[in-house]
Amino acid sequence: MQRRFLSIWFRYLVTDWQTLRRPALKGCPFAFAKPERGRKIITAINPEAAAEGVTLNMNVADAKAIFPDLEIIDTKPGREARLLKGLGEWCVRYAPIVAVDLPDGLILEITGCAHLWGGEASYLEEIVSRLQSKGYYTQAAIADTIGAAWAKVRFDNTAPIVESGMQAHALLNFPPASLRLEPQVIERLHKLGLTKLHSFINMPHSALKRRFGDHLIKRIRQALGQEEEYLQPICIPEPFQERLPCLEPIRTAAGIEVAILRMLESLCERLQKEGKGLRKAILTCYRVDGKIEQVSIGTSKASNHSPHLFKLLELHISTIRPGFGIELFTLDATQVEDAPITQEALWAGKQGLNNQEVAELLDRLAGKLGANVIHRYLPDEHYWPERSIKLASALDEQPATAWVKDRPRPTMLLKTPVVIEVTAPVPDYPPMSFRYQDKVHYVRKSDGPERIEREWWADAGEHRDYYQVEDDLGQRYWIFRSGHYGSDTPSQWYLHGFFA
Amino acid sequence: MAQEKTKQEIVAQLQKDILLLQGFKPNHGTTQCIGLGPIEAGFPNAVFPIAAIHEFLCSTPEIAASSQGFIAGILQQLMQNDGTCIYISQSRSLFPTALFAYGVQPHQMIFIDVGTERDVLWAMEEALKCKELAAVIAEVRDISFAQSRRLQLALEKSQVTGFILRTAADRIATTACVARWQIKPILSEQVDGLPGLGFPRWQVELLRVRNGNPGVWQLEWKAGQFAVVTAAETSDVRRRKTG
Repeated sequence: MQRRFLSIWFRYLVTDWQTLRRPALKGCPFAFAKPERGRKIITAINPEAAAEGVTLNMNVADAKAIFPDLEIIDTKPGREARLLKGLGEWCVRYAPIVAVDLPDGLILEITGCAHLWGGEASYLEEIVSRLQSKGYYTQAAIADTIGAAWAKVRFDNTAPIVESGMQAHALLNFPPASLRLEPQVIERLHKLGLTKLHSFINMPHSALKRRFGDHLIKRIRQALGQEEEYLQPICIPEPFQERLPCLEPIRTAAGIEVAILRMLESLCERLQKEGKGLRKAILTCYRVDGKIEQVSIGTSKASNHSPHLFKLLELHISTIRPGFGIELFTLDATQVEDAPITQEALWAGKQGLNNQEVAELLDRLAGKLGANVIHRYLPDEHYWPERSIKLASALDEQPATAWVKDRPRPTMLLKTPVVIEVTAPVPDYPPMSFRYQDKVHYVRKSDGPERIEREWWADAGEHRDYYQVEDDLGQRYWIFRSGHYGSDTPSQWYLHGFFA
Repeated sequence: MAQEKTKQEIVAQLQKDILLLQGFKPNHGTTQCIGLGPIEAGFPNAVFPIAAIHEFLCSTPEIAASSQGFIAGILQQLMQNDGTCIYISQSRSLFPTALFAYGVQPHQMIFIDVGTERDVLWAMEEALKCKELAAVIAEVRDISFAQSRRLQLALEKSQVTGFILRTAADRIATTACVARWQIKPILSEQVDGLPGLGFPRWQVELLRVRNGNPGVWQLEWKAGQFAVVTAAETSDVRRRKTG
């Protein structure tokens, strides 16, 4: 397919923006200026100032001499880039690849986009009129190459669409400046009387190269489409992306659902064909008023199962605020992994953690409650009860060591041991009775002690002597004494868990 | 005598017919023995209801710990062949390592720790819809009739077993749960007169069961399975101790 490019030129970018910010300036001549070598140079003017005879790169003092009421505003570096980036992001609704063209333009690669708006003429018309209505003086042109579109919009905008393959013809009468050259080269060309492209564009390249350098040749070839020119897009389009422009702005939850379903179906079909599944996806809704609503989902396993992904997105529909309506949906698969093609089982037994449905359930829970609510534990090689288990990092991670069986552990373990008061014979016997939460328990049977030493490399403190005790009602507890008797600090008893 | 026998048979047959009319199908071939011995006789068709919600009244932490042990014993059967179980709670106290003593692989248990009671119930309903799970356990303070009905409806298609630990015991509202249990710890017996603790022993009260017979039993967890403690056994030991 022949590539097509659209160049947008904001002739009064900064001044238009200033007028939007301060409506009082509308109709008054004003200019932006920046200090340079001890004087102030005008960098941008509005049409009213231009009508008074003020030009770019003029000294402010000279401009004031021509028109004393001229208002001068200081330029901030980087302002154009910021404004163009914002406008470029807005233009993503028209084409996926949008690049900033400093200092005053945008380049859109519109290959295969224009037919959605009913042809290039109405596409161009739509973009220009929408940008004009925002308050920016806008001109645009379409051509096969970036260079040709750039030149066309700036030097002759009577017929803004250059037919495919006609760029050489369209450029012939333009001055050398239309090739985006350095000022010195342009000056030299003019000095030699080469004031139009047709007077030198057909000269042998070796002759031109000797006098004007490589850059001129490169620019000529780029403008004519003989050499590739690369764009740096503002937002790099994902390889797995679905776009759904809407004729009528969508405002209802049902409409959003339909849009999501349609995008998911085609995205999942593509993913399945390539044997991939998505781990992360972002749904972006471009609203009519220029605002952007975003929703992101994540899965624990690569998935290309559209009903499951729809369920995950469905949980977030209520958070999307459509405002006056959504005119474009995009769905980007930001993280894609290989997904093994699963064979449909004739009968599904209750299998383990690798089960697709379990993974999908966990995704749904994580989608609503957050991923940090899901925990799974594996044995860790520590005797200290609090450290004897560790969180599993993945859903199908298997234990590296076996679970402990030979040491009794309570079914219910308190997060922090609770201090209890005991009556216990010294030195090494379990207590005869203890008081826990204002209730006295008389110990009838006991087992122990099981001494667990503190890991000196992890933290400092006393060891623990654990006893299992059963009170007169048959209730079984796990209690421990911290440290030895007879040391300087009185030893303290704690209750740490309940046995079944 | 023969007359009486036939009468019993007739009554049993009638009961089966009634159950059939109520939608309880006897599932031949897949009947799974859960290892509860005589307690299972109290259930409809003498089969532990798998596709059902079982609620456990846990007024104190001691009772809750016993209930967790008892449920773990049942899970041992339900989670065979690498089955997965989901445990949902607000402030979890279950210590995974302990499950291993009851024959459950603790790493097959997925814990969901949420912030509010609403989320616990929502997560449980979602989990009960997933038919690949072996069981779903949730800790809640209280549950209303409507909420329990939702849970029961959610699992009817998936045939997953649900367990609810109810910690607020002061008011016991009616629920749509199939069975209501209370597991209290009772004094263990010393094994062969050796000092120390015996096997964990519980008083298992089946307070309510739909289409079945409630009852009270004493159970012990011994050698990896439930064992019913008969009155003779306890008295036998007592006699030996006194004598």
